[in-house]
Amino acid sequence: MMSRTPARFRASNEGDAVTHIIEMQAIRKVYDTGKVKVEALKGIDFSVTPGEFVAVVGPSGSGKSTLMNLIGCLDTPSEGRYRLGGEDVSKFTRDELADVRNRRVGFVFQGFNLLPQISAFENVELPLLFGGVAPKKRRARVEELLTKVGLGERMDHKPTELSGGQMQRVAIARALAMKPDVILADEPTGNLDTSAGGDIMSLFTELWGQGSTLVVITHDMTLARRAGRVVEIRDGRIVSDGEAAA
Amino acid sequence: MKKNLTLVVQLFLRSARLQKKRATLTIAALAWGTVTILLLLAFGEGLKRQMTSNEQAMGNNLAILWPGETTKPYKGLPPGHSIRPRIEDVDFARERMPELDAMWAELTSWRTNLSYGKKTVNGRVIGTIAPYGNARKHFPKPGGRFLNPDDETEKRRVVFLGNEMARDIFGEEDPVGKSLLINNSPFTVIGVMQRKRQSSTYGGPDASHAVIPQSTFKAVIGNDNVNVVVFRVKKAEDMDSALVHLSQILGPRLGFDPTDSHVFGVWNTVEGQKMSEKILTGLEIFFGIIGALTLIIGGVGVANIMYAVVKERTKEIGVKMALGARSAWITGPFVLEGLVYTFLGGLFGALIAIVIVTALGFVKLEGNDVLEFLGHPTLSWPIGLATIGILGFCGLAAGYFPARRAAAIDPASTLRYE
Repeated sequence: MMSRTPARFRASNEGDAVTHIIEMQAIRKVYDTGKVKVEALKGIDFSVTPGEFVAVVGPSGSGKSTLMNLIGCLDTPSEGRYRLGGEDVSKFTRDELADVRNRRVGFVFQGFNLLPQISAFENVELPLLFGGVAPKKRRARVEELLTKVGLGERMDHKPTELSGGQMQRVAIARALAMKPDVILADEPTGNLDTSAGGDIMSLFTELWGQGSTLVVITHDMTLARRAGRVVEIRDGRIVSDGEAAA
Repeated sequence: MKKNLTLVVQLFLRSARLQKKRATLTIAALAWGTVTILLLLAFGEGLKRQMTSNEQAMGNNLAILWPGETTKPYKGLPPGHSIRPRIEDVDFARERMPELDAMWAELTSWRTNLSYGKKTVNGRVIGTIAPYGNARKHFPKPGGRFLNPDDETEKRRVVFLGNEMARDIFGEEDPVGKSLLINNSPFTVIGVMQRKRQSSTYGGPDASHAVIPQSTFKAVIGNDNVNVVVFRVKKAEDMDSALVHLSQILGPRLGFDPTDSHVFGVWNTVEGQKMSEKILTGLEIFFGIIGALTLIIGGVGVANIMYAVVKERTKEIGVKMALGARSAWITGPFVLEGLVYTFLGGLFGALIAIVIVTALGFVKLEGNDVLEFLGHPTLSWPIGLATIGILGFCGLAAGYFPARRAAAIDPASTLRYE
């Protein structure tokens, strides 16, 4: 492994695939636009163990969005091996990837990506619907989650009737719905003001404290500093990987 | 599979709830298309039936034969020898042709005086026998009857009048039982023909002639020249062989070569029926194509709207994919939407068309020149099945193509930016 995982992680996890939630080896991603081939990731080794809070930082164009797409199984690597929760997903079909996303990944986006026409409740319910959860269990789970993120009173509100911070909390509740292996957040505070952003960061820290695994892609150094580990990407390669500077 | 289906239905219902107006407009477009195709086909079918019935008002499966001249030499006689069958010859042939339903000779007196009181008209009088009545659809109005065999054997002075002629002579009076003079001989009117819409004739329309027994004709008019010989076959497909058979029977008796096909001028109505059936079917197909095109425009409209929806909801579809929706759960609701819209549109369209067709069915044809020609629009099972087929095709196509586009959406690229 080329990564500069701190010694305490490496010692306990090296070679033990099952204890890694995310395990990427020699991942390359080439976008072929027909005329030019763009190599977005040039050999990434990246692993995450359960309970980690990892911030991925890097300038735009560094390949961190590509990395997020691969981690989130929205895309497949051109080369290399990717195991998510012990499953090799590198060669999965579209539908298999959809199932993996449903069970193992909870997405939180910069733009929230809530469906605007349906209520907060129905938004959070969607992954449970896709996951085949029975209606009664769905209702209980959605109510539990929305209460947990502090929106128990606003379950029937549509996203447009909520503030940015509230929308992002609905999105986080939705991400947690299927008890995923990893919460994958892309600039979760990017569209929020400082106060709302702070709330979201606290919520992430709280989730981390409760044992969730989080991978957050961000420019926001305040958020990155809250993570247990910061990975920096430049030009398609990981250039630094270590504990967050306090 | 069951899980997929329930999920697709759930997702469809959730999205349908949000777009009632669009659904209504789409369904209206399809209903319109359905009404158009159904009405066009119904009018086509009505026209076909009406024209067939007009054409067959003279009778169906008939052959009308005008005696003429030979064109082949026969037993020493040169071509050009004229053939004049007599009533006995017709009787002779009838006895030997079991394939016939009826056969008769017609004696015709073209300009004959018919008078009642001070009123005299000049008209056509036919001398023939009882089977003519049914085969030529001379159905009497209530209170009257057509000629019967006793009229013939007893040489009764009775007359059956065409309805137009009856009106010309008697006006509004009921002619049945009254006496009129034909060539100054008194005749009793035994019946008046029911009004019918007749589009083909030989000699003239049935409504404006009078029919008397053959034996009486001979006595009163004074000749028994056979003007035409007419027969009706039991089955239309026997017509060609019956014509050959008749020549074989009459040839040796009257002195012409049975293979000489020009002795009689023949009007074979079976051939005419086939021809006009083809023309009318062609017309119906033409109507059907116009209707189908209209309906397809409706279908294209649905597909177009759904395309727009897919584009508008690209992000939403991307989000659903990210949350774990399989392709079928994305495409399914679109296909279902197309099918449900076409089903509902077809249903409403069919109901409207049925109401219109039923309402037009109550309009009386008699006295309405346009409708007497057009007939009542008529819906039939083939029309229904054809429409369902086209609708089903529209529905599937309208759902499938946009759905395919939706399934091709790359979630990664839709999620990042607002």
